[in-house]
Amino acid sequence: MIRVRQPGVQTTVQDLGRPTWQHVGVPVGGAMDAQAHRIANLLIGNAHDAATLECALGGVALQFTTTALVALAGRDISASLDGTPIGPWRAIRVERGAVLALHTGCRTTIAIAGGIDVPVVLNARGTSLRAAFGGWQGRALRRDDELPIGRPSALADRIREHLVDARRTIASWGAGPDLVPAYAGAPTVRIIEGPQLAELDDASRALLLDATFRLAPDSDRMGYRLAGHALSLRTPREMVSSGVTAGTIQLPPGGAPIVLMADRQTTGGYPRLGDVITVDLPLLAQLRAGDSVRFALTTLEEAQSHYRRTEHELSRAQRAVQLRFAAGADGTY
Amino acid sequence: MARRPTAVQIAYIVWTGSFIPLGDRALTVDLSDADDVPVRGVVRALATRLATDAPRGVTALVPAVQSLTIHYDPQLTSYDTLRDHVDAAFATLEILRESQAEPIVIPVCYGGEFGPDLTDVAAAHHTSPDAIVAAHVDGLYTVAMIGFLPGFPYLEGLAPTLHTPRRSTPRTAVPAGSVGIGGGSTGVYPFTSPGGWHIIGRTPRALFAPQRQRPSLLQTGDRVRFVAITPAALRSLMEQP
Repeated sequence: MIRVRQPGVQTTVQDLGRPTWQHVGVPVGGAMDAQAHRIANLLIGNAHDAATLECALGGVALQFTTTALVALAGRDISASLDGTPIGPWRAIRVERGAVLALHTGCRTTIAIAGGIDVPVVLNARGTSLRAAFGGWQGRALRRDDELPIGRPSALADRIREHLVDARRTIASWGAGPDLVPAYAGAPTVRIIEGPQLAELDDASRALLLDATFRLAPDSDRMGYRLAGHALSLRTPREMVSSGVTAGTIQLPPGGAPIVLMADRQTTGGYPRLGDVITVDLPLLAQLRAGDSVRFALTTLEEAQSHYRRTEHELSRAQRAVQLRFAAGADGTY
Repeated sequence: MARRPTAVQIAYIVWTGSFIPLGDRALTVDLSDADDVPVRGVVRALATRLATDAPRGVTALVPAVQSLTIHYDPQLTSYDTLRDHVDAAFATLEILRESQAEPIVIPVCYGGEFGPDLTDVAAAHHTSPDAIVAAHVDGLYTVAMIGFLPGFPYLEGLAPTLHTPRRSTPRTAVPAGSVGIGGGSTGVYPFTSPGGWHIIGRTPRALFAPQRQRPSLLQTGDRVRFVAITPAALRSLMEQP
């Protein structure tokens, strides 16, 4: 069990969301940074959709009432285990009674071997905040919540045993640069052209594709509001609502673009300028209010080729962990 | 979506829609230019066809008023494959006639504390609250789309005499079950949420309950009627989501 000593700014149980319920208006939800979520899970022998904790910013302290195996993932993480600094992208052994503290971060995944064992609702365990279901009682964590942990996999047990035998707290191996997104405080994210991009006036089009925007403070898991430049269509128009997706850039009448994120509605009724490509969504997910972002055009073909490569790297990494800790192997090369 | 199958062939259609990529894992079949065919019937027919004969790699189908969005896994299928599949489906697509099933009845306690905007709506139309309620109850509505919140129905069929622009200042918290009018649509808030529609009443029915076998009370294409109930009936019938 995990006892929440300090819940932080907003900590929720997340997984890979509920894509199959969109036809009845259920937001997909799930981890904002799905790549971080999946890497953290594979480092500790979890299935890629095991429920993890997603922590906005920092100020989180969790006490473990059992031994555990955990991994952190995200950008700019400062964390400690019983006061000793720990880093992301590696398996970490936790003793009974230890306190894991996340001091600062952007949107940090904390994965625990066995996953957070909350009930499955509509095929997933993630928290749907607006509809108040899923996750831990349909809400963000509060002080003194006690979260059940699922049974760790046999692979998780072997990873843990190797750490014990090697007298290590933190694994000597971890996720490398091939796998970890190229996070930055001022990233350029790639977009595929949307149906109304061609309707922007010339100045607005130049701004969208050349200028730097700032993430406004009222951004959240539903959408990121971009500040710095107001954009306008040559001719304002009314849209009929239709399906949207993670990364869709909408332009409301006020002129400040909104990028739809994990908890977006299933349909939207504003002009669409473009869609952030899947492999660049983690870069957005790890921005803090006030951080900068720029946009660059790419093609559907390029985007899908990056997507397939990333998926390939993830499965390769998963196989590497399985091979390294195959039953009977001694954990060394 | 094919909850009450009432597919009746009325015509093969000539399609004038278009395909729009929606990022790298979805595409939208846009039928907004199909002026000469009943668009809603085409959207439903296409959604029903793809739901029963789903190409590999399709992860979700999202019907809207004039479009169908298809979410997919680019590892299992491609934009071109799906476009060809939809084109082929159109060659034999039969438009679905409006559902002939009995409408789903939604009880509503109108006015008072449960419908704080009823008097404003009546004033805006220079009539009485009772006349507004009578016109709202008289309507036969069709679910044009589910969106905004889980189970939130955008209902078509509101009498033109009830069309009312949204509130100039949205409320920060509209209670779950609130029945509202927004422009030319009427609908029901399944969850307490911010909202800009005029609230004329409240229903005890749970529009969305995740634990129910059918979580959403309504599906796109369903027909709906409202009946007026008393505050006492509202309290005694109240369902928990």
